[in-house]
Amino acid sequence: MNAPVRLDLRDASTFPTRRVEDWKWSDLKRFLREAPAVSPAIVVAPGGPFAALGGQEIAFGNGLTVDAASEARFEGAGVLRLRFVSDAQSTGHQASATVVVPAGAELLVLESYEGAGSAYASNVGLTFEVGEGARLTRVVLLEEPEDVISVSVADVTVAPHARYEHTVLASGAKLQRHETRVNHPGHGASVRLDGLYVLAGSRHADLTTVVDHQGVGGVTSQLTKGVVADSARGVFQGRIVVDRGADQTDARMGHHALILSDKAEIDAKPELEIYADDVSCAHGNTIGALDENALFYARARGVPEHEARVMLTQAFLGEVTDRIEHEGAREAAQAWLAERLEALL
Amino acid sequence: MLKIDNLQVSVADKPILKGLSLDVPAGEVHAVMGPNGAGKSTLGYTLAGRNGYEVTAGTASLNGEDLLALEPNERAAKGLFLSFQYPLEIPGVPALTFVRTALNAQRKARGEGEVSAPEFLKLVKQKAKELRIDFDMLKRPLNVGFSGGEKKRMEVLQMALLEPKLLILDETDSGLDIDALRIVSEGVNALRAPDRSMLVITHYQRLLDYIRPDKVHVLAAGRIVASGGPELALELERTGYDRYAAEAA
Repeated sequence: MNAPVRLDLRDASTFPTRRVEDWKWSDLKRFLREAPAVSPAIVVAPGGPFAALGGQEIAFGNGLTVDAASEARFEGAGVLRLRFVSDAQSTGHQASATVVVPAGAELLVLESYEGAGSAYASNVGLTFEVGEGARLTRVVLLEEPEDVISVSVADVTVAPHARYEHTVLASGAKLQRHETRVNHPGHGASVRLDGLYVLAGSRHADLTTVVDHQGVGGVTSQLTKGVVADSARGVFQGRIVVDRGADQTDARMGHHALILSDKAEIDAKPELEIYADDVSCAHGNTIGALDENALFYARARGVPEHEARVMLTQAFLGEVTDRIEHEGAREAAQAWLAERLEALL
Repeated sequence: MLKIDNLQVSVADKPILKGLSLDVPAGEVHAVMGPNGAGKSTLGYTLAGRNGYEVTAGTASLNGEDLLALEPNERAAKGLFLSFQYPLEIPGVPALTFVRTALNAQRKARGEGEVSAPEFLKLVKQKAKELRIDFDMLKRPLNVGFSGGEKKRMEVLQMALLEPKLLILDETDSGLDIDALRIVSEGVNALRAPDRSMLVITHYQRLLDYIRPDKVHVLAAGRIVASGGPELALELERTGYDRYAAEAA
């Protein structure tokens, strides 16, 4: 396994090219040759797309908190709205945050990437630590302009008997990469890694995950779905590693996507690397068009074409949002999906 | 009700219907029988407006309105209902949601108000009971994992709720055992009405023991080659289609 790229916008030598295997479908260097000038400080009003769900808020504006720090740390339970707000023109900014869920605690992180302006580059590094028996649910919303670069990489450490679950909702950018790397201890811990991308225009979204099963009896369930139109490009890279001795691992990965146009593209790389003997692992990957027969069936029953397309596509993609257990977060994700599809189809 | 005149249809540039004419008056049930490959399913799909069924000549109208100029959903709103030989599975869309969406879309197209949720539920519960459909099944995605009989009963449930003027039954008996056939036929027969017509497309006479037609037409090589009363179906059962296939060729 390659060592993960540690992007630093201040140092162009860290910008991956497509020759780096894990970045071959997200060629950052092609769009960003030199370190960009640093973005100006901005003021961020409290709120954001998840404001209605309450909780505490940590907001970065162009990489800085209200205290002008580029790093933040949170430890606790309840609801945390973690916002990365960008409003810049052709400049770059980066931020990092650490979130710790104490043993036995339950935390919902609503992570939003909210962009305005144009041609900026944003880089976010996150660290999540989920304590023994704790539960972390992470819902990520990426809503940024079409011509920006946005990279976010999270390292997640999960303790035994803990649960880590995430759902990433991506609408793409010029290059939008959301990566999560999970250390899975096994021993009653369970991980769910879901993603959804809805891409129009020439947008690109890259959902990358790596799960490393290090102990016995770990469970991972992964479902990513997407739809691409126009000349958009969806990238799914999912790697599940089962170390020697991580027996009774149960890992399932699915990636299923719809392509609506000849010029759109989907690149998928599901990988299972298994070094243990007694495991149950499976992956499935399908890419196709909307079922024309089902579409005709719905139309023949009186549903107009646009409505039928939205209904069938939403049903296809909705399987991902349905897996979010937190009711408010699930409804927010469903509303986002409905709105995105209405605009796309 | 339904008037078809000299209908010619090609699929992938191959002529399938070659001048089909048919007249189904209001309140009547007509059967179209024919051998495999005669164009039976093509007739149903063409009337419903499926892509790929290219009308090269002729007309088809429903109550005087040109069907062929309309989108499939517009035809449905005008009262046409095609019951599929193989009803499609619709993953992720509960049967109840699907039918309610269809009903309200049709009502909207006709300038009628939406049916309220409680009103709709009451109606569905009553119809489902008549068709011996377990109400919980309606909460599952439409037809996904349903048996052949269950899918056909769902088709009849949709007919009963959408209340079409013209029902086209495409090989409705295929894949049904005797019990399912009886339940489905009873459901269809309950929909017979003076202002509703039915076109029953079938290969076998068996279905017509349950859904008794007023008239029987023989479709061979893309044309209606014989028409008669219900006795024609019995004769076909005895003699087969060979005679008509030879004549048409």
